[in-house]
This record gives sequence, structure tokens and C-alpha cells, in this order.
Amino acid sequence: MSDSGNPPVSDAQLERPELESRLAATWRTPGGLWGVLSTVDHKIIGRRYIVTAFVFLALGGVLALLMRLQLSSSERRVLSTDWYNQVFTMHGANMMFLFAVPVMEAMAIYLLPLMVGTRNIAFPRLNAFSYWLYLAGGVMLWTAFALNMAPDVGWFAYVPLSGPQFGAGKRADIWAQMITFTEVSALAVAIEIVVTVLKQRAPGMTLQRIPLFVWSMLVTAFLVILAMPTIMIASTSLILDRLVGTHFFNPSEGGDVLLWQHLFWFFGHPEVYIIFLPAVGMVSTLVATFAGRPVFGYLAMVLALISTGVLAFGLWVHHMFVVGLPRVGESFFTISSMSIAIPAGVQVFCWLATLWDGRLSFRVPLLFVIAFLITFVMGGLTGVMVASVPLDTQVHDTYFVVAHFHYVLIGGAVFPLVGAIYYWFPKMSGRLMSERLGRWVVGLLFAGFNLTFFPMHILGLMGMPRRIYTYSPEMHWDTLNLFSSVSATIVAAGFLLFFVDVIRSWRHGPLAPENPWGAATLEWATTSPPPSYNFPRVPVVGSAQPLWDERDSVAVACGLRVDRRELLITSVVSAQPQARDSSPRNSIWPFFAALASTLMLISSIFTPWAMVWGSVPVLITLVGWFWPKGTPEDEG
Amino acid sequence: MKEHVQLDLSALPLHGRGDASPTWWGTAAFMLIEGSAFAVGIAMYVYLLSIAPSWPLAAAPPGLGPGTIVTLILLASLVPNWLVGRWARQEALRKVQVGTLVMCLFGIAPLVVRAYEFKALNVWWDANAYGSVLWLLLGLHSTHLVTDLADTIVLAAVLFTRHAHNQRRLGDVEDNVMYWNFVVLTWLPIYGCIYWIPRL
Repeated sequence: MSDSGNPPVSDAQLERPELESRLAATWRTPGGLWGVLSTVDHKIIGRRYIVTAFVFLALGGVLALLMRLQLSSSERRVLSTDWYNQVFTMHGANMMFLFAVPVMEAMAIYLLPLMVGTRNIAFPRLNAFSYWLYLAGGVMLWTAFALNMAPDVGWFAYVPLSGPQFGAGKRADIWAQMITFTEVSALAVAIEIVVTVLKQRAPGMTLQRIPLFVWSMLVTAFLVILAMPTIMIASTSLILDRLVGTHFFNPSEGGDVLLWQHLFWFFGHPEVYIIFLPAVGMVSTLVATFAGRPVFGYLAMVLALISTGVLAFGLWVHHMFVVGLPRVGESFFTISSMSIAIPAGVQVFCWLATLWDGRLSFRVPLLFVIAFLITFVMGGLTGVMVASVPLDTQVHDTYFVVAHFHYVLIGGAVFPLVGAIYYWFPKMSGRLMSERLGRWVVGLLFAGFNLTFFPMHILGLMGMPRRIYTYSPEMHWDTLNLFSSVSATIVAAGFLLFFVDVIRSWRHGPLAPENPWGAATLEWATTSPPPSYNFPRVPVVGSAQPLWDERDSVAVACGLRVDRRELLITSVVSAQPQARDSSPRNSIWPFFAALASTLMLISSIFTPWAMVWGSVPVLITLVGWFWPKGTPEDEG
Repeated sequence: MKEHVQLDLSALPLHGRGDASPTWWGTAAFMLIEGSAFAVGIAMYVYLLSIAPSWPLAAAPPGLGPGTIVTLILLASLVPNWLVGRWARQEALRKVQVGTLVMCLFGIAPLVVRAYEFKALNVWWDANAYGSVLWLLLGLHSTHLVTDLADTIVLAAVLFTRHAHNQRRLGDVEDNVMYWNFVVLTWLPIYGCIYWIPRL
């Protein structure tokens, strides 16, 4: 019996209309401010995450345009040296920590529970907490920028520039604490992803039947879990050096500046794959749908994802080829860096084979996949080039590298992401985006991107270094820079059009049919947008392409309660039902806990004692969060 | 789309234990995160050691007393901790209540001695990089002792309320037992680094 005295109600006793209204009553998010602050619905939080991340993308894009304006010809004075340093640091830190990683996790927050056929993400309150913390970190960074105290030490914050000797003021501390905010939030989401994928899959969704996007997010989550603690320890050590006088990075007292580089890149290189692997999953999803057949080489794809994840930890030193490490080490890291091209190649050839064999439907998402394939392969090729020590020595810290990583990050991750937004937009809104505008968006982004960034390869070979605020006319870099700057406006126009399309379609787009693209995965087995409880009855999976193999009637399970938030726990490998566990209700405490954590973390930039007194409100909010409330969800 | 019922879940338990519980997996993933953090701390220690002309740097090796006492207390705590886990599996609530109180004491005791441990390091954090990394390792582990103690105290408090008569609480106890094992086991390599490597 439940504490509230009402007898349990099972969905087996209910007809469809009553089932849906009972489920809606149990799982709903109430209106009003309280509802906004206390919801734990993965779809609402995922949507918030995605919107927030795209706002940061737009802000970071404005910074990029500022830099292109400054560099459009020699000796321009749009930005001062100090502002230029802040702007390129903000651009990098913002794009990596506030856009790329969060937006990929955000897509997973929204989609994973639907794709594996469950009613909410695992640890939904932690999910709410992670969003508030992420938002606070982003607001802190941009507020600092507005106050002219943004970090100015590069997104990697190398010591000694960021250390106590050269990094006066609080700018580097803002960077380091922004790391804490975003990494705690990313780690929290990683735990949710791991547990959702391993324990909440629909019955019958064995490991061999997990959609590739879900696989990619599972591998990504493990990368986050293993890589991000490094940057948290590193940034904490940096704050300690700056605030209480430790000497981790001070060579005159036994510390070492290269220690920082090792720590940073041991995190920083996997970070690239934390951004890229989700895109691999998105591309695999889009390719399968628009080719109308399963991805060729499912097992090879999964193994490629896993081996990329493993190799990602073995090549961080290729960022440090010019610091003078032993030659044996450099050779090792050259080999490991080149070897990661093998799983990447396997993926590319599997996609090509799928497209080759498929009946292609050239809708906007598939056009983004094609833009991705071309751009990413080019970025991958320059990647193999800079993996070689002599070549890297020549082009290190030049615009060649800027071109390379924008090819792999924008080509490799942003193109698939925008394609994925076009693809899943009907799921989130119930409406389709414009096919006509979408073609313009692809065209503008693809052409604008290549016109902007391809000349940077040449500028790099001509010797133009990164992170310089200007150059003199006798370097003869003017023409290519002007060309690049003008082309950047095409990219901006593409994104602007994309945002217009999103906002317009959200209200006025044509209503989407149930399964608008004829996709195979479970997120399309429910209405669009999905109800708060995702599925009226939990689906039962009999194949890797459930919606293709069961066209007439979907198999479902019954027996879950509707008077409490209940979902199904299944076994890790074979997804056999193990328990009907509960999922936490809405709660305001994660919001308060995030507020308390924000107070503690920001104060600790100024006094180490904030970690002591600041932990008291954190403790209080956590107790409020976890203390049993005697709701039916607490029954065991 | 039409649907047909293929599976009835109503006979399943309302809450899974062990690896059928999401909390168990969450705790395991959290341990993986914290374990990575400890590994990074130790890697920093080894790195700084490898570039140092001598180790310890300009200090006497840490005094063995307090650190060894903490180690012995932590090792001894594994016995009651194991018993609490066993009682939780047997659903012996009274024993679990008493055992969790005992584990609170086993959380407080090493923290008291730890205060002396910082003194016995024979070096301040701001003396040199050797001092910094010693304080980092000890501080990192102490944070885990403090947070797990807070967790255990709150859990003990819950166990004396009406919410104790619940499978779910016993699951919480088992997860707490697992996490304490982790806190104890991660201490051992740190103990070796701080106290014994400088004596090699």
C-alpha cells in the first residue's frame, strides 16, 4: 500500500483514454514559475539545454565575426589587444564548454529515453541540477566578459600565462571556475546517459539492437567520465596556485609548466571525440533513414566507436610536439594519432556503403550528411598531416591548425548537428521545418564554411600565426584574410536563416505526420511532441529496426503502475525485465542545490573559505533533495 | 499505430536490488569518476617526483604516526561495513540501524586523526610543489571522508524515521557500504605515495 492510502493502479486495468489521462496526471509538469523551476521531464530540460547551447553558439559566432572584422586587413584597430585576447579566449571556451559538449549531451537528454523506450532519463533530478549549473557557469563567464574581466589566456589557459605571476586579476580564475560548472554538469549527464542506456532499455532491446546514436552517446558518456576529472583536478590546481600559493606549475619551486599541458590535453584530446562521436551517431541515424536501409556494418560501426574512444586517450601528446619531448614519445604519439584514422575510415566507408545500396531521399538532413562527409574527410586528412612531427613543427600555432580543427569540429560535428535538428525537430515540436529554407541553410553553411576556412590552410602555410590581433601589410596576408572575412558573413547568413526557420516553424510549420521520415527507431513510435510519460505503454523490441519490422502493430508491455512514476529496469546485455522501479517526481531542490553550489563556487574565486561555509547551504539543499517524502515513488 | 500486448510486467518487484537498481549503477559510475580523479592526483605526484632532483623536496619525510593510525582505522572499519551490508541484504533493520551508527563513528574517528596528519606532513602546501601535491592528495581524500560521513549521518537519521521500513532504504545502505569500501581502498595507494615513496 502507498503512504497516501490510495491502492496501486496498474495500466493493465485501463482502457486507452483513461490510461493516458491517468499517466498524464502522474507525469505532468505543472504550469507557472514553480513548474518551470522544478520540472524533471527530460524533454523539457533537454529542450532548454539545446536552446541555451544554441544561444551560446550565436554569441560565440558574434565573437568570431568580431575577430574576422579585426583581421580583415592589416593593422586594423577594431579591437584592442586586450579585447582581442578576451574575444578569442571567450570564443574557444564558449564554443567548447558552453556549446559543443552541452549541445551533444542535450540531444541525448531529449532523445535517448525515447530511443530506448523508457519514460524518463535516469536520475532526472540530477538532470535538472546539471542544467541549472551549466546555465550558471555560462552566465558567469559572459557576465565576466561584459565586465571586461573575461579570461584572456586561451581556451587551454596555459601556465605560466594563466598562473599567479602573469595572470593578474580574476580572469584566469573565471576560466577555471567555468570549467568546474560545465564539467560537473557534463559529468552528471554522463552518469544519467550510462544508467539510462544500460538499465532502462525497452524489453528485448539487446546490446545488438541498440540504435547507433545510443551507442555513440554511451561511448561518449564513458569518455566524459574518464576525461573530465583530469581537467577538474587541473583547474583546481591552477586556482590553488593562484589563490593559496601552491606551486604545481611553478618551476622555481619544483613544479612544472608542462604538467599543465599534459593534464589539459589528456582531457582536451578526448574532448574532441566527446564532440565528434555523438555526431557519428547522428550521421548513422540520418544515413539509415534516408537510405531506407540499416547502416551497413553495424558491428564494425560499434567497434569503431569503442576503439575511437579507447584511442582518444592515447594521443594527447600530439598537441605538444613542439615543446621538446623525447623522440620516442613523439614517434609513439604520431603512430597513435594516425591510427585513429582507421576507425574513422571504417565509419566513413560504412556510411558510403549504406548510401550506395540505399534508395536515397535527398531531404535536408541527408544534404547535411553529404556536407559533413566532404568537409570532415578534408579535416581528417589535414589531421593525419599534422600527426606527423616534422609537418606539425612547421605549421604548429599557425592558421593551418585553425583551419584543420574547424574542418573537423564544424564539418564533423556542427553540420551533423544542424542536420539532426532538421531531422528531430518534428519530434520536438510536432511540426516540420521548411525544406526550401533548409536547402538554403545547407548551401550557405557549406559554401560559406569552405570559403572562410579553406584559405586559412594557405595562410598557415604562409606562416600566419594564431591568436595575433593584427599583422603588418608586408606579410601579404591581406587578400586571403579579407576573402575569409567576407566569406564568414555567408556562414553568419546561413545560421541566421537557420534560426529564422526554427523560430518560424515552431509555431507555423506544417504539421508533421506520425513518422515523417519513415524512420526505424522507437522515438517515432509515440506522438510528436511526446506526452510527458513518453509512451502510453512501454514498447517491446524484437529487432534492431522495430518500426520497419513491425509496420502494422507494435508490441507493448503492460503491468506498470499509473498512480506513481514507474518505469521498467532491464538487464544490461539482454534487456530482460528486472524490476518496475520508480522515477523521481518534480522537485524544486535541484534548483536550490544549483543556486547554493553557484554561490559556493563563485565565492571561492575570492576566498578559499567559501568552500567551507559555502558547503553548508549545499548540504542543506542536498538533504532536502534526497530526504524521502513518503510518496508512492518511495515504495520499494 | 496499433499495438498488441506481448508482455505482462505486473509480477516484477517495485524496486530492484544490487545491479538491478539504477542507484547502484549511479554509485558505480560516480566511483569511476572519483577513481579517475584520484588516479590523476597520483599521476601528478609521480610526474613531479620524476622531475625532482630529490624527493621529498627540502623537507623531512612525513611522520608515519597519524597516517598509519588512519590507515588502521579505515581497514578496521571494513569489518563493520561488511556486516552492515550483510544485514541490509538480510533485511535486519535493527542491526542495520546500529551498524550505520557505528559506521558514523568510523567516519568521525579517521577525520579526527587526519587533523594531525596534515601537521605530520612536515611541509606546507605553499613551500614547494612536493608540499602542494601532498596537500592535494590528502585534501582530496579528506573531502571524500567528509562527504561520505555526511551521507552516512543523513542515512542513519532516515533509518530512525518511518521511512526506514522500506526495501529502498536497505538498497541505499548497500550503496553506502559499497562507496565506503571505495573510500577506504583508494586511500591505500595514496597512503603509499605520501608516506612510503619518500622513504624509498
